[in-house]
Amino acid sequence: MTQFKLNEQQLEAAFQARVDAEQKIEPKDWMPETYRKNLIRQMSQHAHSEVIGMQPEGNWISRAPTLRRKMVLLAKVQDEGGHALYLYSATETLGVTRDELIEALHDGRAKYASIFNYPSLSWADIGAIGWLVDGAAIVNQITLQRTSYGPYARSMVRICKEESFHQRQGYESLIVLANGSPEQKAMAQDALNRWWWPALMMFGPHDAESAHSAQSMKWKIKRKSNDELRQAFIDQTMPQIEFLGLTVPDPDMKWNEQRGSYDHGELDWDEFQRVINGDGPCNRDRIEHHKKAHAEGEWVRDALRAYESKKRQRLAA
Amino acid sequence: MSSEQQLKLFEVFVRSKRGLDHKHVGSLHAEDAEQALEYARDCYTRRSEGVSLWVVNSSDIVSSQEEDAESFYDPMDDKPYRHATHYQLPDAVNNM
Ligand SMILES: [Fe+2]
Ligand SMILES: [Fe+2]
Ligand SMILES: [Fe+2]
Repeated sequence: MTQFKLNEQQLEAAFQARVDAEQKIEPKDWMPETYRKNLIRQMSQHAHSEVIGMQPEGNWISRAPTLRRKMVLLAKVQDEGGHALYLYSATETLGVTRDELIEALHDGRAKYASIFNYPSLSWADIGAIGWLVDGAAIVNQITLQRTSYGPYARSMVRICKEESFHQRQGYESLIVLANGSPEQKAMAQDALNRWWWPALMMFGPHDAESAHSAQSMKWKIKRKSNDELRQAFIDQTMPQIEFLGLTVPDPDMKWNEQRGSYDHGELDWDEFQRVINGDGPCNRDRIEHHKKAHAEGEWVRDALRAYESKKRQRLAA
Repeated sequence: MSSEQQLKLFEVFVRSKRGLDHKHVGSLHAEDAEQALEYARDCYTRRSEGVSLWVVNSSDIVSSQEEDAESFYDPMDDKPYRHATHYQLPDAVNNM
Protein backbone atom coordinates (compact mmCIF):
# COMPACT_ATOMS: atom_id res chain seq x y z
CA MET A 1 0.00 0.00 0.00
CA THR A 2 2.90 2.33 0.75
CA GLN A 3 4.09 4.29 -2.25
CA PHE A 4 7.26 6.33 -2.25
CA LYS A 5 7.61 9.31 -4.55
CA LEU A 6 11.34 9.85 -4.13
CA ASN A 7 14.17 8.04 -5.84
CA GLU A 8 16.51 5.68 -3.99
CA GLN A 9 19.16 8.31 -3.27
CA GLN A 10 16.71 10.83 -1.90
CA LEU A 11 15.11 8.12 0.20
CA GLU A 12 18.46 7.14 1.63
CA ALA A 13 19.32 10.75 2.43
CA ALA A 14 15.97 11.27 4.14
CA PHE A 15 16.47 8.05 6.07
CA GLN A 16 19.93 9.05 7.31
CA ALA A 17 18.68 12.53 8.21
CA ARG A 18 15.95 10.96 10.30
CA VAL A 19 18.46 8.71 12.05
CA ASP A 20 20.82 11.65 12.64
CA ALA A 21 17.95 13.60 14.20
CA GLU A 22 17.51 10.77 16.75
CA GLN A 23 14.13 9.82 15.33
CA LYS A 24 13.12 6.18 15.32
CA ILE A 25 12.63 4.16 12.17
CA GLU A 26 9.30 2.31 12.21
CA PRO A 27 8.31 -0.89 10.35
CA LYS A 28 6.43 0.76 7.47
CA ASP A 29 9.15 3.35 6.77
CA TRP A 30 11.44 3.07 3.81
CA MET A 31 14.84 1.76 4.89
CA PRO A 32 17.99 0.69 3.04
CA GLU A 33 18.02 -3.03 2.33
CA THR A 34 21.36 -3.37 4.14
CA TYR A 35 19.92 -1.67 7.24
CA ARG A 36 17.10 -4.19 7.25
CA LYS A 37 19.49 -7.13 6.81
CA ASN A 38 21.86 -5.83 9.44
CA LEU A 39 19.00 -5.45 11.90
CA ILE A 40 17.65 -8.92 11.19
CA ARG A 41 21.11 -10.33 11.84
CA GLN A 42 21.64 -8.46 15.11
CA MET A 43 18.10 -8.80 16.48
CA SER A 44 17.76 -12.49 15.66
CA GLN A 45 21.21 -13.14 17.14
CA HIS A 46 19.96 -11.42 20.28
CA ALA A 47 16.73 -13.48 20.28
CA HIS A 48 18.65 -16.73 19.77
CA SER A 49 20.94 -15.78 22.68
CA GLU A 50 17.98 -15.39 25.01
CA VAL A 51 16.62 -18.78 24.08
CA ILE A 52 19.93 -20.71 24.01
CA GLY A 53 20.88 -18.97 27.27
CA MET A 54 18.08 -20.91 28.96
CA GLN A 55 20.09 -24.12 28.65
CA PRO A 56 23.08 -23.59 30.99
CA GLU A 57 20.73 -22.27 33.69
CA GLY A 58 17.97 -24.79 33.05
CA ASN A 59 20.62 -27.39 33.80
CA TRP A 60 20.43 -26.46 37.51
CA ILE A 61 16.70 -25.95 38.08
CA SER A 62 16.14 -29.45 39.42
CA ARG A 63 19.29 -29.24 41.57
CA ALA A 64 18.84 -25.80 43.14
CA PRO A 65 19.88 -25.96 46.81
CA THR A 66 16.61 -24.57 48.25
CA LEU A 67 13.00 -24.21 47.15
CA ARG A 68 13.41 -20.43 47.09
CA ARG A 69 16.44 -20.60 44.81
CA LYS A 70 14.55 -23.01 42.59
CA MET A 71 11.54 -20.69 42.23
CA VAL A 72 13.84 -17.75 41.53
CA LEU A 73 15.81 -19.63 38.88
CA LEU A 74 12.63 -20.90 37.26
CA ALA A 75 11.25 -17.35 37.13
CA LYS A 76 14.49 -16.06 35.59
CA VAL A 77 14.68 -18.75 32.92
CA GLN A 78 11.01 -18.12 32.13
CA ASP A 79 11.81 -14.42 31.64
CA GLU A 80 14.56 -15.29 29.15
CA GLY A 81 12.06 -17.27 27.08
CA GLY A 82 9.84 -14.18 27.16
CA HIS A 83 12.74 -11.97 26.05
CA ALA A 84 13.30 -14.24 23.08
CA LEU A 85 9.63 -13.86 22.18
CA TYR A 86 9.73 -10.03 22.32
CA LEU A 87 12.83 -10.03 20.14
CA TYR A 88 11.64 -12.60 17.59
CA SER A 89 8.37 -10.69 17.20
CA ALA A 90 10.21 -7.38 16.78
CA THR A 91 12.46 -9.02 14.17
CA GLU A 92 9.42 -10.30 12.29
CA THR A 93 8.28 -6.69 11.75
CA LEU A 94 11.18 -6.54 9.25
CA GLY A 95 9.46 -9.06 6.99
CA VAL A 96 11.18 -12.29 7.97
CA THR A 97 9.32 -15.29 9.40
CA ARG A 98 9.93 -17.12 12.66
CA ASP A 99 10.53 -20.34 10.76
CA GLU A 100 13.27 -18.73 8.68
CA LEU A 101 14.94 -17.44 11.83
CA ILE A 102 14.87 -20.83 13.57
CA GLU A 103 16.15 -22.51 10.42
CA ALA A 104 19.13 -20.14 10.28
CA LEU A 105 19.91 -20.96 13.90
CA HIS A 106 19.73 -24.68 13.25
CA ASP A 107 21.94 -24.71 10.16
CA GLY A 108 24.52 -22.42 11.75
CA ARG A 109 23.99 -19.31 9.59
CA ALA A 110 22.76 -17.35 12.61
CA LYS A 111 24.90 -16.93 15.69
CA TYR A 112 24.11 -16.42 19.37
CA ALA A 113 26.20 -15.08 22.25
CA SER A 114 29.26 -17.32 22.48
CA ILE A 115 29.14 -17.34 26.28
CA PHE A 116 26.31 -19.86 26.25
CA ASN A 117 28.69 -22.42 24.78
CA TYR A 118 30.37 -22.77 28.18
CA PRO A 119 29.08 -25.38 30.63
CA SER A 120 27.50 -24.60 34.01
CA LEU A 121 29.50 -26.99 36.21
CA SER A 122 28.55 -26.01 39.75
CA TRP A 123 25.76 -24.22 41.60
CA ALA A 124 28.02 -21.18 41.95
CA ASP A 125 27.95 -20.87 38.15
CA ILE A 126 24.28 -19.97 38.38
CA GLY A 127 25.13 -17.02 40.62
CA ALA A 128 28.00 -16.03 38.33
CA ILE A 129 25.80 -16.19 35.23
CA GLY A 130 23.15 -13.90 36.73
CA TRP A 131 25.73 -11.47 38.04
CA LEU A 132 28.23 -11.40 35.15
CA VAL A 133 26.42 -12.61 32.04
CA ASP A 134 23.17 -10.77 32.69
CA GLY A 135 25.25 -7.88 34.05
CA ALA A 136 27.19 -7.63 30.78
CA ALA A 137 23.98 -8.00 28.77
CA ILE A 138 22.39 -5.16 30.73
CA VAL A 139 25.31 -2.79 29.98
CA ASN A 140 24.79 -3.47 26.28
CA GLN A 141 20.99 -3.44 26.40
CA ILE A 142 20.73 -0.14 28.25
CA THR A 143 22.39 1.57 25.29
CA LEU A 144 20.16 -0.36 22.87
CA GLN A 145 17.09 1.27 24.40
CA ARG A 146 18.19 4.16 22.16
CA THR A 147 18.75 2.07 19.05
CA SER A 148 17.28 3.57 15.87
CA TYR A 149 14.72 0.87 15.07
CA GLY A 150 11.53 1.53 17.05
CA PRO A 151 10.35 -2.05 17.74
CA TYR A 152 13.86 -3.06 18.85
CA ALA A 153 14.22 -0.04 21.12
CA ARG A 154 10.83 -0.65 22.73
CA SER A 155 11.51 -4.32 23.35
CA MET A 156 14.82 -3.31 24.98
CA VAL A 157 12.99 -1.00 27.39
CA ARG A 158 10.76 -3.86 28.46
CA ILE A 159 13.66 -6.31 28.73
CA CYS A 160 15.88 -3.96 30.75
CA LYS A 161 13.09 -3.51 33.28
CA GLU A 162 12.99 -7.28 33.78
CA GLU A 163 16.74 -7.88 33.70
CA SER A 164 17.68 -6.14 36.89
CA PHE A 165 16.19 -8.93 39.04
CA HIS A 166 18.32 -11.41 37.10
CA GLN A 167 21.56 -9.74 38.05
CA ARG A 168 20.57 -9.08 41.64
CA GLN A 169 19.47 -12.64 42.35
CA GLY A 170 22.79 -13.93 40.98
CA TYR A 171 24.85 -11.57 43.07
CA GLU A 172 22.75 -12.24 46.16
CA SER A 173 23.39 -15.96 45.89
CA LEU A 174 27.14 -15.35 45.46
CA ILE A 175 27.18 -13.19 48.61
CA VAL A 176 25.90 -16.25 50.47
CA LEU A 177 28.57 -18.53 48.97
CA ALA A 178 31.40 -16.02 49.40
CA ASN A 179 30.53 -15.71 53.09
CA GLY A 180 29.97 -19.43 53.60
CA SER A 181 32.36 -22.31 54.28
CA PRO A 182 35.83 -22.32 52.69
CA GLU A 183 34.52 -24.85 50.16
CA GLN A 184 31.63 -22.57 49.24
CA LYS A 185 33.91 -19.58 48.87
CA ALA A 186 36.25 -21.63 46.67
CA MET A 187 33.27 -22.59 44.52
CA ALA A 188 32.40 -18.91 44.06
CA GLN A 189 36.01 -18.08 43.14
CA ASP A 190 36.13 -20.97 40.68
CA ALA A 191 32.95 -19.77 39.00
CA LEU A 192 34.37 -16.25 38.71
CA ASN A 193 37.59 -17.65 37.23
CA ARG A 194 35.72 -19.51 34.51
CA TRP A 195 33.07 -16.91 33.64
CA TRP A 196 35.10 -13.70 33.81
CA TRP A 197 36.84 -13.84 30.44
CA PRO A 198 33.89 -15.25 28.48
CA ALA A 199 31.78 -12.44 30.00
CA LEU A 200 34.25 -9.84 28.67
CA MET A 201 34.12 -11.53 25.26
CA MET A 202 30.36 -10.95 25.15
CA PHE A 203 31.09 -7.40 24.00
CA GLY A 204 32.71 -8.72 20.83
CA PRO A 205 36.06 -8.04 19.17
CA HIS A 206 38.03 -4.82 19.53
CA ASP A 207 36.48 -1.89 17.69
CA ALA A 208 39.17 -1.99 15.00
CA GLU A 209 38.37 -5.63 14.20
CA SER A 210 34.60 -5.48 14.48
CA ALA A 211 33.08 -6.34 11.11
CA HIS A 212 29.74 -4.54 11.40
CA SER A 213 30.55 -1.81 13.88
CA ALA A 214 31.17 1.32 11.81
CA GLN A 215 28.05 1.00 9.67
CA SER A 216 25.94 0.03 12.68
CA MET A 217 27.12 3.12 14.56
CA LYS A 218 26.32 5.37 11.60
CA TRP A 219 22.83 3.93 11.46
CA LYS A 220 22.60 4.15 15.25
CA ILE A 221 21.71 0.48 15.46
CA LYS A 222 24.62 0.31 17.89
CA ARG A 223 25.06 3.26 20.21
CA LYS A 224 28.38 2.52 21.88
CA SER A 225 31.44 0.64 20.68
CA ASN A 226 32.42 -2.83 21.89
CA ASP A 227 35.47 -1.54 23.76
CA GLU A 228 33.56 1.30 25.45
CA LEU A 229 30.91 -1.12 26.68
CA ARG A 230 33.49 -3.64 27.89
CA GLN A 231 35.32 -0.93 29.84
CA ALA A 232 32.07 0.27 31.43
CA PHE A 233 31.30 -3.28 32.51
CA ILE A 234 34.76 -3.79 34.04
CA ASP A 235 34.62 -0.50 35.91
CA GLN A 236 31.24 -1.26 37.40
CA THR A 237 32.06 -4.89 38.25
CA MET A 238 35.46 -4.52 39.97
CA PRO A 239 34.03 -3.04 43.20
CA GLN A 240 31.46 -5.86 43.23
CA ILE A 241 34.25 -8.45 43.05
CA GLU A 242 36.07 -6.73 45.89
CA PHE A 243 32.93 -6.62 47.98
CA LEU A 244 32.62 -10.40 47.65
CA GLY A 245 36.22 -10.79 48.77
CA LEU A 246 37.05 -12.63 45.55
CA THR A 247 39.96 -12.09 43.18
CA VAL A 248 39.59 -11.11 39.54
CA PRO A 249 41.44 -13.70 37.40
CA ASP A 250 43.46 -11.02 35.58
CA PRO A 251 46.94 -10.26 36.96
CA ASP A 252 47.11 -7.12 34.80
CA MET A 253 43.97 -5.55 36.23
CA LYS A 254 44.95 -2.21 37.72
CA TRP A 255 43.21 1.03 38.59
CA ASN A 256 44.39 3.83 36.35
CA GLU A 257 44.18 7.04 38.33
CA GLN A 258 44.60 9.25 35.28
CA ARG A 259 41.86 7.67 33.22
CA GLY A 260 39.64 7.08 36.23
CA SER A 261 39.18 3.58 34.87
CA TYR A 262 40.69 0.09 35.09
CA ASP A 263 43.47 -1.14 32.81
CA HIS A 264 43.06 -4.82 32.07
CA GLY A 265 44.86 -7.72 30.41
CA GLU A 266 44.29 -8.82 26.83
CA LEU A 267 41.51 -11.27 26.07
CA ASP A 268 42.28 -14.64 24.48
CA TRP A 269 41.02 -13.84 21.00
CA ASP A 270 41.93 -17.27 19.67
CA GLU A 271 39.53 -18.80 22.14
CA PHE A 272 36.93 -16.21 21.13
CA GLN A 273 37.27 -17.18 17.46
CA ARG A 274 37.20 -20.87 18.27
CA VAL A 275 33.98 -20.64 20.27
CA ILE A 276 32.28 -18.30 17.78
CA ASN A 277 33.13 -20.68 14.96
CA GLY A 278 31.57 -23.68 16.63
CA ASP A 279 34.39 -25.22 18.66
CA GLY A 280 33.50 -24.16 22.17
CA PRO A 281 32.86 -26.75 24.90
CA CYS A 282 29.08 -26.98 24.29
CA ASN A 283 28.27 -25.62 20.80
CA ARG A 284 27.06 -28.93 19.41
CA ASP A 285 25.00 -29.76 22.51
CA ARG A 286 23.26 -26.39 22.51
CA ILE A 287 22.07 -26.67 18.90
CA GLU A 288 21.23 -30.38 19.18
CA HIS A 289 19.14 -29.65 22.27
CA HIS A 290 17.34 -26.81 20.52
CA LYS A 291 16.58 -28.97 17.47
CA LYS A 292 15.31 -31.74 19.69
CA ALA A 293 13.06 -29.43 21.72
CA HIS A 294 11.77 -27.85 18.52
CA ALA A 295 11.00 -31.23 16.93
CA GLU A 296 9.40 -32.57 20.10
CA GLY A 297 7.13 -29.51 20.21
CA GLU A 298 5.83 -30.12 16.70
CA TRP A 299 2.81 -32.10 17.93
CA VAL A 300 1.67 -29.08 19.94
CA ARG A 301 1.78 -26.86 16.87
CA ASP A 302 0.01 -29.60 14.87
CA ALA A 303 -2.70 -29.85 17.52
CA LEU A 304 -3.22 -26.09 17.51
CA ARG A 305 -3.60 -26.07 13.74
CA ALA A 306 -6.00 -29.04 13.79
CA TYR A 307 -8.12 -27.41 16.48
CA GLU A 308 -8.18 -24.12 14.59
CA SER A 309 -9.34 -25.72 11.34
CA LYS A 310 -11.96 -27.79 13.16
CA LYS A 311 -13.32 -24.64 14.76
CA ARG A 312 -13.45 -22.89 11.42
CA GLN A 313 -15.27 -25.80 9.81
CA ARG A 314 -17.82 -25.83 12.62
CA LEU A 315 -18.36 -22.11 12.20
CA ALA A 316 -18.88 -22.52 8.45
CA ALA A 317 -21.35 -25.41 8.90
CA MET B 1 -30.76 4.65 10.10
CA SER B 2 -31.75 1.32 11.52
CA SER B 3 -29.29 -0.59 13.67
CA GLU B 4 -28.71 -3.21 10.94
CA GLN B 5 -27.45 -0.50 8.66
CA GLN B 6 -25.12 0.97 11.19
CA LEU B 7 -21.56 1.35 9.98
CA LYS B 8 -18.84 -0.84 11.40
CA LEU B 9 -17.06 0.20 14.55
CA PHE B 10 -13.30 0.80 14.51
CA GLU B 11 -10.88 1.32 17.37
CA VAL B 12 -8.33 4.07 16.82
CA PHE B 13 -4.70 4.06 17.96
CA VAL B 14 -2.36 7.04 17.65
CA ARG B 15 1.41 7.14 17.74
CA SER B 16 2.09 10.58 19.12
CA LYS B 17 5.79 10.54 18.34
CA ARG B 18 8.22 8.29 16.51
CA GLY B 19 9.61 5.71 18.86
CA LEU B 20 6.51 5.56 21.07
CA ASP B 21 3.86 2.84 21.02
CA HIS B 22 0.51 3.44 19.40
CA LYS B 23 -1.98 4.27 22.11
CA HIS B 24 -5.70 3.67 22.09
CA VAL B 25 -7.58 6.97 21.87
CA GLY B 26 -11.19 6.00 21.07
CA SER B 27 -13.39 4.60 18.35
CA LEU B 28 -15.55 5.63 15.43
CA HIS B 29 -17.93 4.25 12.80
CA ALA B 30 -16.84 3.94 9.19
CA GLU B 31 -17.71 2.08 6.02
CA ASP B 32 -14.30 0.49 5.65
CA ALA B 33 -10.77 0.67 7.00
CA GLU B 34 -9.60 3.35 4.59
CA GLN B 35 -12.49 5.63 5.49
CA ALA B 36 -11.87 4.89 9.15
CA LEU B 37 -8.32 6.15 8.75
CA GLU B 38 -9.52 9.42 7.27
CA TYR B 39 -12.18 9.88 9.94
CA ALA B 40 -9.63 9.07 12.61
CA ARG B 41 -7.37 11.74 11.20
CA ASP B 42 -10.23 14.25 11.33
CA CYS B 43 -11.46 13.21 14.78
CA TYR B 44 -8.35 12.42 16.74
CA THR B 45 -5.44 14.30 15.21
CA ARG B 46 -6.89 17.71 14.44
CA ARG B 47 -4.07 19.30 16.42
CA SER B 48 -1.32 17.11 15.01
CA GLU B 49 -1.52 14.75 17.97
CA GLY B 50 0.11 11.98 15.99
CA VAL B 51 2.53 10.86 13.35
CA SER B 52 0.82 7.55 12.66
CA LEU B 53 -2.65 6.05 13.04
CA TRP B 54 -3.89 2.49 13.36
CA VAL B 55 -7.52 1.51 12.91
CA VAL B 56 -8.73 -1.93 13.89
CA ASN B 57 -12.15 -3.51 13.55
CA SER B 58 -13.61 -3.43 17.07
CA SER B 59 -15.01 -6.91 16.53
CA ASP B 60 -11.47 -8.18 15.95
CA ILE B 61 -10.36 -7.22 19.43
CA VAL B 62 -10.31 -10.09 21.88
CA SER B 63 -10.26 -8.91 25.46
CA SER B 64 -9.88 -10.53 28.85
CA GLN B 65 -12.74 -9.83 31.23
CA GLU B 66 -12.24 -7.75 34.31
CA GLU B 67 -14.51 -10.11 36.30
CA ASP B 68 -12.05 -12.89 35.52
CA ALA B 69 -9.09 -10.83 36.66
CA GLU B 70 -8.75 -12.72 39.90
CA SER B 71 -8.29 -16.17 38.40
CA PHE B 72 -6.49 -14.72 35.37
CA TYR B 73 -3.82 -12.85 37.29
CA ASP B 74 -3.89 -14.61 40.64
CA PRO B 75 -0.83 -16.81 39.92
CA MET B 76 1.30 -13.65 39.62
CA ASP B 77 0.44 -12.25 43.04
CA ASP B 78 2.54 -14.59 45.16
CA LYS B 79 5.78 -14.21 43.21
CA PRO B 80 7.51 -11.21 44.73
CA TYR B 81 10.85 -12.70 43.65
CA ARG B 82 10.10 -11.60 40.10
CA HIS B 83 10.85 -8.05 41.22
CA ALA B 84 14.31 -6.52 41.55
CA THR B 85 13.37 -4.97 44.89
CA HIS B 86 12.94 -8.44 46.39
CA TYR B 87 16.74 -8.79 46.52
CA GLN B 88 18.23 -6.70 49.27
CA LEU B 89 21.86 -5.94 48.64
CA PRO B 90 24.24 -4.04 50.92
CA ASP B 91 24.52 -0.31 50.14
CA ALA B 92 28.04 -0.67 48.74
CA VAL B 93 26.77 -2.71 45.78
CA ASN B 94 23.15 -1.71 45.68
CA ASN B 95 23.52 0.27 42.44
CA MET B 96 23.09 -2.80 40.21
FE1 LIG C 1 17.16 -11.75 28.87
FE1 LIG D 1 19.48 -10.52 27.11
FE1 LIG E 1 18.43 -12.06 31.90
